[in-house]
Amino acid sequence: MMIDVRNLKKSFGALRVLDGVNFSIEKGQAVAIIGVSGGGKSVLLKHLIGLLTPDAGEIHIDGQNIAGMDERELLKVRRKFGMLFQGAALFDSLNVEDNVGFLLRREGRTPAPEIARRVAEVLELIGLEGTQKKMPAELSGGMRKRVGLARAVVYRPEIVLYDEPTTGLDPIAADSINQLISLVVETLHVTSIAVTHDMHSARRISRRILMLDEGRIYADQTPDEIFESNDPVIHRFVNGIAEPIGRHSLV
Amino acid sequence: MTTLAKQLVRDWFGGLGRGALLCRDIAASLVKVKPVWRDVLYQMYFIGVKSQSVVIITGMFTGMVLCAQSYFQFHRVKMDSATLAVVSVAMCSELGPVLTGLMVAGRVGAAIAAELGTMRVTEQIDALRTLAAHPVDYLVVPRVLAMLLAMPLLTAESIALGIGAAYLVATFLLGINAAGDWHQMIHYTDIIDPLTGMIKTFLFGSVIGVVACYKGLNCPQGAEGVGRATTEAVVYSSIAILISNFFLTMLLNTLLR
Repeated sequence: MMIDVRNLKKSFGALRVLDGVNFSIEKGQAVAIIGVSGGGKSVLLKHLIGLLTPDAGEIHIDGQNIAGMDERELLKVRRKFGMLFQGAALFDSLNVEDNVGFLLRREGRTPAPEIARRVAEVLELIGLEGTQKKMPAELSGGMRKRVGLARAVVYRPEIVLYDEPTTGLDPIAADSINQLISLVVETLHVTSIAVTHDMHSARRISRRILMLDEGRIYADQTPDEIFESNDPVIHRFVNGIAEPIGRHSLV
Repeated sequence: MTTLAKQLVRDWFGGLGRGALLCRDIAASLVKVKPVWRDVLYQMYFIGVKSQSVVIITGMFTGMVLCAQSYFQFHRVKMDSATLAVVSVAMCSELGPVLTGLMVAGRVGAAIAAELGTMRVTEQIDALRTLAAHPVDYLVVPRVLAMLLAMPLLTAESIALGIGAAYLVATFLLGINAAGDWHQMIHYTDIIDPLTGMIKTFLFGSVIGVVACYKGLNCPQGAEGVGRATTEAVVYSSIAILISNFFLTMLLNTLLR
């Protein structure tokens, strides 16, 4: 088992966000985690890479429990991960080439020409060849996300995490990101975990969907099972049906 | 005690504890990880070269006004020759380090807190952590080291310019005997005076670096959070400089004289 989460709990003040989350993910699986906005999906994702510390529970990555590790121990574990952030989180002061090649350059084990070659290769893969010298401020939202994706995969991690990969993008840019994520899963054979509330995206990029509801895993099914489910909670979420608002509540 | 007061005390001690942990992480990083000197040099350029106008104006005009004010007071009791000696001792041990510290806290401390705060709210610091880089190694240590190296140089420059400007004011505007007064100044300025100033400025540099980095790394979310972190970095480091200056003066004079 590559990732094994056991009874994970997290609260912010009085608000309990994760209330005993349990799931496992095998190597090479493509998984989407869905749920309402503010339901704790991003919090769960950040726990998997050690950006947040759980109040209780265990997170095993390749058999190693990362829940009690300090920041320096976590740095070694994080080398296995790549992460695409919701807003891409590119470093403002570095150009595209330095952003994408950041980890390789910092490790100092790969020669500079080899880093430049790998950066060019991955930029070509995502359709942004020739943008090496551009600064993040010169890129559109979709281009920033693609550069963020390039940065997350250039050093060939074993697990790639995606935090709301299509949020804030127009449908065409969102589709191109979905295509790229599928391409990464198929060509690099990485374990892929995407947090999203975009059901079209979830169906496109995953083979298994976990639904988070009220701080727990409510459903763990294939995309087809989720889309055809008669469960009222899943059905309402998948089809975007809100709780009815009575006329009197407006008055 | 009211709930609000309890909350304030808890926040204050919590902040102090987190600041102490940051100092521990900086020390651990200095021991375990080799600093990237290219980053330190860039920060020294930002702190040192970009602060030149502020430091030159502060040093020169402080020396000039101190010279004029001392002269007007000493002239009444026929002690004109003590003017440059007073300027020299005050600039070396107190005004040079403190005023340079306050000016650098305003210019560099604010810039560091705003930069790190913006990185935090845009998740760039989280991105750094996911790329297996420790924020203390990559962001804090180069800035604190650069502050430690640049502050004594800036202070020495400020002191030299202050004394030089005071000499010119004394000679050309106030009509003091230049050669005699210069001799008096050398005679009454002890080696302990500039030494005290350098020890102080070293500490002020580390205070500004640590406070600004702490405020940036712990910045609350949103644009308002960045603004608040920036203001607090300047206010807290300035207050820390002023308070620690008194205790350092007492301690260093007891130990060194």
